[in-house]
Amino acid sequence: MDTEHDKQQYEADARPVLEAPDIARVLTRIAHEIVERAKGADDVVLLGIPTRGVFLARRLADKLEEITARKIPVGSLDITMYRDDLRMHPPRALARTEIPGDGIDGRLVVLVDDVLFSGRTIRAALDALNDIGRPRAVQLAVLVDRGHRELPIRADYVGKNLPTSLRETVKVQLAEEDGRDTVLLGAKRTSPDAQQ
Amino acid sequence: MQRHLISAADLTRDDAVLILDTAEEMARVADRPIKKLPTLRGRTVVNLFFEDSTRTRISFEAAEKRLSADVINFTAKGSSVSKGESLKDTAQTLEAMGVDAVVIRHGASGAPYRLATSGWIDAAVINAGDGTHQHPTQALLDAFTMRRRLVGRDAGIGHDLSGKRITIVGDILHSRVARSNVDLLHTLGAEVTLVAPPTLVPVGVESWPCEISYDLDSTLSKSDAVMMLRVQRERMNAAFFPTEREYSRRYGLDGDRMAKMPEHAIVMHPGPMVRGMEITAEVADSDRCTVVEQVANGVSIRMAVLYLLLGGNEPAVTHTRTEEK
Repeated sequence: MDTEHDKQQYEADARPVLEAPDIARVLTRIAHEIVERAKGADDVVLLGIPTRGVFLARRLADKLEEITARKIPVGSLDITMYRDDLRMHPPRALARTEIPGDGIDGRLVVLVDDVLFSGRTIRAALDALNDIGRPRAVQLAVLVDRGHRELPIRADYVGKNLPTSLRETVKVQLAEEDGRDTVLLGAKRTSPDAQQ
Repeated sequence: MQRHLISAADLTRDDAVLILDTAEEMARVADRPIKKLPTLRGRTVVNLFFEDSTRTRISFEAAEKRLSADVINFTAKGSSVSKGESLKDTAQTLEAMGVDAVVIRHGASGAPYRLATSGWIDAAVINAGDGTHQHPTQALLDAFTMRRRLVGRDAGIGHDLSGKRITIVGDILHSRVARSNVDLLHTLGAEVTLVAPPTLVPVGVESWPCEISYDLDSTLSKSDAVMMLRVQRERMNAAFFPTEREYSRRYGLDGDRMAKMPEHAIVMHPGPMVRGMEITAEVADSDRCTVVEQVANGVSIRMAVLYLLLGGNEPAVTHTRTEEK
């Protein structure tokens, strides 16, 4: 667990790559892209991946409702129990899975996450979806794509492509959880578990 | 480090709240079309039942299967135990088969502890009831039911049972459910009162973290939950009260007594109920009685315990009270 001092130190060293207005603009663009590609977003269901993906999904839903003047179902999908590295760590606390009332069968599910990295989270999310229903199609929206994929997975909507080295960390902070909106690019500390 | 769940007294407040919170998420799996999670794929769990049980065994089996564990059921009847095999030999047989966890119910108090600490096996041991000692998953599911009903499903996340007044009525002497509940509810901040005829109160109860009363009527109005216990005739070798009718009149819960409880208060029972003895049909079938809910919650709690003990490379429930000192 980070101490408060470590956290402050990290934030002082890290460089912001997206600030609050950038994040707002990026989400507006993604919302328009979703409407364009889904031809009106009639059957779109947004599922955020906890923790920060859920806040992003809710913000996207608000933007989509502005554009389409329709209610967009939004929920959350916890992937903890589907992770491929469960056996390598102590069990993690579970987060909430909340599927909108009408379910996901036959609909266009857009998964929403903050950072796309190895792609393993998304693989787990696809497995989790499989147990919940059968969407018409599944798409992926991420705020930041930092590269270094370990699986054949790509995002359909990307807020910002951020070429990084494996020695760097990308940290998304959102007002709902962290009190401010920003994306920080920092250097990995020596401890190997500094990055999730 | 704690790999086993032997007694409710071993759990810290934070461990207990973590189990309840995890169970709340597990409960949502029951609402899905596919009630299965891949979390314990490839792990083998043995249900080792030396004593009769329907509810607990089926509940554990359902929980294990929902988490995709491989389940082996072992009942003492018709097994090598009836031919005279000892607990040690049974344990070593299981160890040789490569078992990851043992869920044990045994008529002798302390059998799960012996299994966990003897070095006979490496597997995690989960106590599913031992003699008159402990039944920790029952206490956890009772606490879970109380938190849901008295605090709220979502409002309860991260919270304990501080300030809730719980009354446990009946055969305290023979009840592992009462012992486990007193330990856990005290840890979670609730105030527990035990109500029983003096003959059914165990020796040494003064050292338990709870109040004792011999009068049911005076405690009912001050209770947020009333838990009725079954009179365990199979463990009774003496006359503990004159007649069943007298017991039922003084310590049974009927409609009139239920009316004295506060509006929001619930009636609980670990099952199996003996209608007409400790509880009347009117009470058992009322909305305030949570018996069926407790059974459903039992599966969620057992999924949470199995996940937290077996789901990772080391258990998430790590702090025992003895280590804290």
